[in-house]
Amino acid sequence: MQNENNIPKKNPLSLQMDLSKFQLATEEEKAQQDVMSESTTFFKDGMRKLMKNPLAVGSIIVLVLVILLATFGPMVVPYGYDEMISIDGRRDKRAKNLAPFTWSETEQKYIDEGGELFPHILGTDELCRDYFVRVLYGTRVSLLVGLFASLIVLVIGLLYGSISGYVGGKADLIMMRIVDIIYSLPDMLMVILLSVVLKETLGPAIKGTVFDKIGTNMLSLFLVFGFLYWVSMARLVRGQILSVKENEYILAARAIGTKPGRIIRKHILPNCISVIIISTALQIPSAIFTESFLSFLGLGVQAPMPSLGSLANAAREGLQSYPYKLVFPAVMICLIVLAFNLLGDGLRDAFDPKLRR
Amino acid sequence: MAKYVVKRVLLAFVTVFIICAITFFAMNAIPGGPFNTEKALSPDVKAVLMERYNLDKPVGTQFVLYLQNLIHGDFGVSLKTGREISTIISDAASISARLGGMAAVIAIICGIVLGSFAALMRNKLPDRLIIFFSTLGAAVPSFVLATLLLLVFCIQLKWFPVWSSRDPSYVLPVIALSLYPMAYITRLTKTSMLDALSQDYVRTARAKGVPQWKVIFKHGLRNALIPVITYVGPMVAYILTGSLVVENIFTIGGLGTQMVDGITNRDYPLIMATTIFLAILMVAMNLISDLIYKLVDPRITFK
Repeated sequence: MQNENNIPKKNPLSLQMDLSKFQLATEEEKAQQDVMSESTTFFKDGMRKLMKNPLAVGSIIVLVLVILLATFGPMVVPYGYDEMISIDGRRDKRAKNLAPFTWSETEQKYIDEGGELFPHILGTDELCRDYFVRVLYGTRVSLLVGLFASLIVLVIGLLYGSISGYVGGKADLIMMRIVDIIYSLPDMLMVILLSVVLKETLGPAIKGTVFDKIGTNMLSLFLVFGFLYWVSMARLVRGQILSVKENEYILAARAIGTKPGRIIRKHILPNCISVIIISTALQIPSAIFTESFLSFLGLGVQAPMPSLGSLANAAREGLQSYPYKLVFPAVMICLIVLAFNLLGDGLRDAFDPKLRR
Repeated sequence: MAKYVVKRVLLAFVTVFIICAITFFAMNAIPGGPFNTEKALSPDVKAVLMERYNLDKPVGTQFVLYLQNLIHGDFGVSLKTGREISTIISDAASISARLGGMAAVIAIICGIVLGSFAALMRNKLPDRLIIFFSTLGAAVPSFVLATLLLLVFCIQLKWFPVWSSRDPSYVLPVIALSLYPMAYITRLTKTSMLDALSQDYVRTARAKGVPQWKVIFKHGLRNALIPVITYVGPMVAYILTGSLVVENIFTIGGLGTQMVDGITNRDYPLIMATTIFLAILMVAMNLISDLIYKLVDPRITFK
């Protein structure tokens, strides 16, 4: 016979404790006994550390704001990046090199007559185009270049490095010699040379295809990045794989006949993913830097499409009269690069187990 | 050791050769030649010119011929101006070397001093300030800095004259060029100095009563400088490429300007010569900094 707590009734002759004299612990009391903290994954733990770092959080906020501005800004502002200001369908030739938040005489007259116009937040450039929209498009271009270039680097480096590291032996030796040579190429010289060559030769080859819309300059930038910058990623991935490869669970997986591709995807890559993500995050600002550098030399994206570098370059013409035209794109580049650098540092502090104390 | 050096030197030669080959075939793949610009030349004149400079032969043959001349120390003449390439290069290189050399020295000295100072003042105001400015400095592209310096100090305040070959003023270009490597070296020195000062041998030295300055210089700094040495190779590469833009902005006729001019004019011998010169310099600097790195740190073994 049992009472309501499922405790068997005590035999009067038994020497054991009378269980019915005890009370069941409540859930709350049980939890007090539990000394274990809540279980956490590596990713969650890292994110918690990242969120405690004020610099990293600040740069995430800045980046989100910049990305939102670059994505939705051009939708709000009713001017196009290559559109000359016009009033009632006629070109307004006076709207040249306007200072921020000013109107040309024609525009002023139009407003006085009761018309409504969107303000030129950063003024206009020498071809009567709204400068705010151009800076926003430039930011968009620079961000896209940064992201895509790092993505290309990530994919190539990941494939090459994981094959080289996993296969090992002679293949690894040869593959790494190739990496060594590409690594020691002076990158900027090659970037300049290749971007000139690709720009000139790609044009006819891609005419009429989807790539034509992206523009040869942009495409050649991506190709150059794909060709040159994957090597450090490949080295990193290879090193990681070599160290993870020695673990017992890899041996176990191999013993039960798992295919190499699956071992790389399921067992090795998840274990070195954090290091790879960090170095991809740090790759973005360097790609943005390189793009702005090339655009500044006139080798970057195609006019009239602006990029932050080409805007800065164009601003040199009337630097004495309109210094703010250099300041806006320059500040934007600095802001983006700074935010990505700080975020990358924060990610490394949060996720790199070697730095943990 | 000897085996490692031989291997690295061989690899360096292979690298320079590959750069030569890539540059040669790449520049020949750019449409248009040195003689198709501006005024159209008559076909006869053009044919004579093409023959004189071997441009009528297939690209492969041209490459072999170029290499043969190169081994004899003959860089050819500029297709645009007719000047000897070797004089152009040596003129331009002397300017670039002065500019780059000063920038490198300033970056290294200031970077190490600031970095060690920040490490010794850890978490105090000077440390915070130094790290703040070096983080900021690493995010400003050299062309922005150079343009702003030119605008403020040359044009507005007139503290420094605008560059001319007769009266060269290196101050502003050197500042523009050295800021980024200086910021990098500062941060590098700070981390490695902190690391070195927390080692057991530093505690032992302090316990023995070694004077503070001796601990800092002999035990701390000497070990902290090892990672800085590895950065010297990449830094030279950065300064050389950075000088492309800085020279452009300050209108200095150094190597970078020559290279960009060469590319826009399709001046093949000039492109080749500048690329080879810069490539050799970079590869050599990388090699030297790697070798010094292995020499100064006995903990690194040769494989």
